[in-house]
Amino acid sequence: MRPFTFTQSQDVDTAVQEVSKEGAKFIAGGTNLLDLMKIDVMSPSHLVDITQIALDTIEETEAGGIRLGALAKNADTAYHELVETRYPLLSHAILAGATAQLRNMATDGGNLLQRTRCYYFYDTHTPCNKREPGSGCSAIQGYNRDLAILGTSEHCIATHPSDMCVALAALEATVQVTGKNGARSIPFANFHRLPGDTPHLDSNLQPDEIITAIELPANGFATHYTYLKLRDRASYAFALVSVAAALELEGNTVKEARIALGGVAHKPWRVPQAEALLHGQQATRENFQKVAEAYLEGAKGFGHNDFKIELAKRAIVRALEQATKKEATA
Amino acid sequence: MKENYTGTPTNRVDGKAKVTGEAKYAAEFEAPGLLHGVVVNSAIAKGKIKRIDTSAALQLDGVHQVFTHENRPGYSWFDKHHQDEDAPPGSPFRPLGSDEIKFSMQPIALVVADTFELARYAALLVQVEYETEPHETNLEANLDQAYKPKKYKSPPPSSPRGDAAQAFERSAVKLEEAYAHPAHHHNPMEMHASIAIWHEGGKLTVYDKIQGVQNSQKYISTAFGIPQEDVQVISPYVGGAFGSGLRPQYQLFLSVLAARELKRAVKVVLTRQQMFSFGHRPHTIQKLAIGASEEGKLQAITHHAFAETSRFEDYNEDVVIWPGVLYDCHNVEVSHQLVGLDVYTPLDMRAPGGTTGTFALECAIDEMAYKLNMDPLEFRLKNYSEKDLNEDKPHSSKELKECYRQGAEKFGWANRMMEPRSMKEGHQLIGWGVAHGAWEAQQQEASAKAVLSPEGKLKVSSATADIGTGTYTVMTQIAAETMGLPLEDVTFELGDSTMPKSPLEGGSWTVSSVGSAVKLVCEKLQEELLKMAQNMKNSPFSEAKPEEVSFANGQMFLTHAPATSLPLTAILEQHEGEPIEAEASQKPDKEQKNYSSYSHSATFVEVQVDEELGTVKVTRIVTAVAAGRIINPKTGRSQILGGSVWGIGVALEEHTVLDHQLGRFMTHDLDKYHLPVNADVHETDVIFVEEKDDIVNPLGAKGLGEVGIVSVAPAICNAVFHATGKRIRELPITLDKLL
Repeated sequence: MRPFTFTQSQDVDTAVQEVSKEGAKFIAGGTNLLDLMKIDVMSPSHLVDITQIALDTIEETEAGGIRLGALAKNADTAYHELVETRYPLLSHAILAGATAQLRNMATDGGNLLQRTRCYYFYDTHTPCNKREPGSGCSAIQGYNRDLAILGTSEHCIATHPSDMCVALAALEATVQVTGKNGARSIPFANFHRLPGDTPHLDSNLQPDEIITAIELPANGFATHYTYLKLRDRASYAFALVSVAAALELEGNTVKEARIALGGVAHKPWRVPQAEALLHGQQATRENFQKVAEAYLEGAKGFGHNDFKIELAKRAIVRALEQATKKEATA
Repeated sequence: MKENYTGTPTNRVDGKAKVTGEAKYAAEFEAPGLLHGVVVNSAIAKGKIKRIDTSAALQLDGVHQVFTHENRPGYSWFDKHHQDEDAPPGSPFRPLGSDEIKFSMQPIALVVADTFELARYAALLVQVEYETEPHETNLEANLDQAYKPKKYKSPPPSSPRGDAAQAFERSAVKLEEAYAHPAHHHNPMEMHASIAIWHEGGKLTVYDKIQGVQNSQKYISTAFGIPQEDVQVISPYVGGAFGSGLRPQYQLFLSVLAARELKRAVKVVLTRQQMFSFGHRPHTIQKLAIGASEEGKLQAITHHAFAETSRFEDYNEDVVIWPGVLYDCHNVEVSHQLVGLDVYTPLDMRAPGGTTGTFALECAIDEMAYKLNMDPLEFRLKNYSEKDLNEDKPHSSKELKECYRQGAEKFGWANRMMEPRSMKEGHQLIGWGVAHGAWEAQQQEASAKAVLSPEGKLKVSSATADIGTGTYTVMTQIAAETMGLPLEDVTFELGDSTMPKSPLEGGSWTVSSVGSAVKLVCEKLQEELLKMAQNMKNSPFSEAKPEEVSFANGQMFLTHAPATSLPLTAILEQHEGEPIEAEASQKPDKEQKNYSSYSHSATFVEVQVDEELGTVKVTRIVTAVAAGRIINPKTGRSQILGGSVWGIGVALEEHTVLDHQLGRFMTHDLDKYHLPVNADVHETDVIFVEEKDDIVNPLGAKGLGEVGIVSVAPAICNAVFHATGKRIRELPITLDKLL
């Protein structure tokens, strides 16, 4: 680990000032950043501790939704009454991630900003365009079983590791941020980026910006929802494929469908036009299969991860079936 | 009444020390002026270090030295001086030996600084330029390079019996398949660590994570040319090892090297990532051919193993002995060949060869049972072997049939439907599988010392280790029972090279070997006590022979007239306030040579496999074990439970992934190298089957360290087949293989 300076900010404005310094990074729960610093993947010269800022409340918004303070802990969020009753999909997704210990430390804002778990990103002795732009991608020709099949580029096939973000994408959250130029709101679909030729950038958050809150719209799809996570062991493993599925049903007719995939792309993957295939249709396996096919259109495997294409299709069908039957998880 | 401590479930005597943090592990000891060393590892798998620039690291205030191949002090030149008790034939790796890179993550520098944090930072500043050479790390791609080693580490594969090729050709039912077991890393919870403390005059005190302090002591002594008596190695607690501590690892070598050169105390602790930079269970491909008659009698087995090793040592293990141990078949041919790759030498890992070989054999046997349309348990019983056919010797005891009977009954095997995919609940396909396994029950020569204080408190010691298995507890039980003292009056000490000689803590032989020595040394003390009692005035024991007296409740008494007794403390008064002591060595009895001795296990498993998504859940495991006398059913049960959990890992999760382009293990942390988590472990039962054995050793106990793991993974694989109809012959069975 390289030496760094450390400061605590008590309010958003100071935090924005501090993080604008050369080489500065925020630290909140530290569940990912500290690991990355220990293995020299990230080496900020200045750490700005934001945990003293009062951004940890969860409350209802005037628009009828809820606002998750950026510093609310993942565990507190998952077990919050408003979340459990009105946004159970989010609660389930959070609880599918990491471990109890990590969820107790990790914050909601930090969850959005965690880095990929690509093997090569984690080993400084291997080329990786995300870690060291221009050095090359070891994963494309290497061991890519865990990596992306959608939205990849020739420079990077990393995935975004979060479970929480998959539910937030399905629920169409917005991310509230504040920077030197003031506050703005980023729709969740625009928050994370695809790798393109800038794989070192995970999100559209600017270097001087801080996440202050995540807002959820009024509809939490609390009746028909599922978070289905497929992984190599029952806990403490990142998703090979995960599906956040939410339905509005009238009888057996789909009024609205939301589907987001995790573990398959550089960001939670949504295809609104594929979701729309279900609108006004019956909630049947055949229709779900059509959506699954449409969702995976353009998917590309790299050898070890070819199976994810078929797995994702089957997972979508299963998740939609479960959501229809009000089965929350596998 | 004599207290039966052995055979009684007993809490760990070191439990409180462990949960309160009082128990100190190698990295936790202090020393005046302790310096901290951090290792730099190579980025490439093969080539040369063209330039290594340590100047930036050395410029930091508080960095004492950076040791590399260029400036390291001299050490012994001869290979044999670098070999240790567990070394395979060959030329052991010498840290910082030269500019040559032989494997990825090879240690190439040690940075020594005032603090760990500083050393870790300085290590990042060491600049290395390599001259890369092409490497080979792919076993499958290099099978044509396989060779039979000149010398085998474990006993060489046995010569052919009968004519396997001809018998196979003539068999009515034939099976020929290949099975692949990937590389695994041990990953004990405690990372390898050493503290070497240099004393004026050159003597060393060393704290080391090791499964045998005397192995480290001898290794340091020969590698550095230090008299053995000038090196004391201490290791009171080991946080798991599973074989990774059988050989002294490079952190020991480097801490000693630095301590001697700097004349200080130096601590070197490996990181979790560096735990992937030395030995591992080797990637092994096994080709099996089995022939059977239509009635289900085995006619022929050929079992050929191809395993990786390093370019510098020929590691092999007992992969192909199992057909001869487990089955009654008279035409058997086995071989074990090695493929040299640019990797570190593989290393014994829990049931080395047993885990690998039993997986393949027991899956193949299951496949054959299905070809014959026979119940897999019935097929095994039909080919049950009363003899060890490798050695052509009878078993000293073998209650495997009883393991089958009790295990099957507990599991409910009789209700099994033979047809794959015949049991289903919703989306979940249910599968039931069985497998059996064995592990040799060996006794090695071991010594122990016993000291009895005037107050009647007994202290017994031997230079063995407790790697979490319960050695402290079991030895205390044996000593307390033999001497007839309360458990709390007995202390067992271990893990100090100045203690009486002990073999490595491995091979499931510690209870058998050290336990027998503990029993013997207590018996010697008893003889001494009898002599002292006979010297007392008007001694009621004056005519008594040693075999006529017994010890219980802190008393010595005549066995046939228990009222004639003396408290041990009264006898000890004869010694004028001084303790009495004895030392003893126990060797295996010659009679053992006429027999073969194995612990046996039978495992029954239930799995649920999602028919569309391929996820596997092991819902039930029943393992029945016959291992002679179980000294401590509580710690013994824990060992079998641990084996069951690990078996889940072997079957479904564990896999150290090698990137052949980089020649590097890529899953080098516990996020990426998957071991089972609590949520993966469901109902797990352990049955100890009664087994009497007067031959295996004076305790009648066979050892439990390895037998708990061997039969679990194949039983899971067989259950997955039963559930899905898919035979997966390459571990681990991850969901993608079942889609």
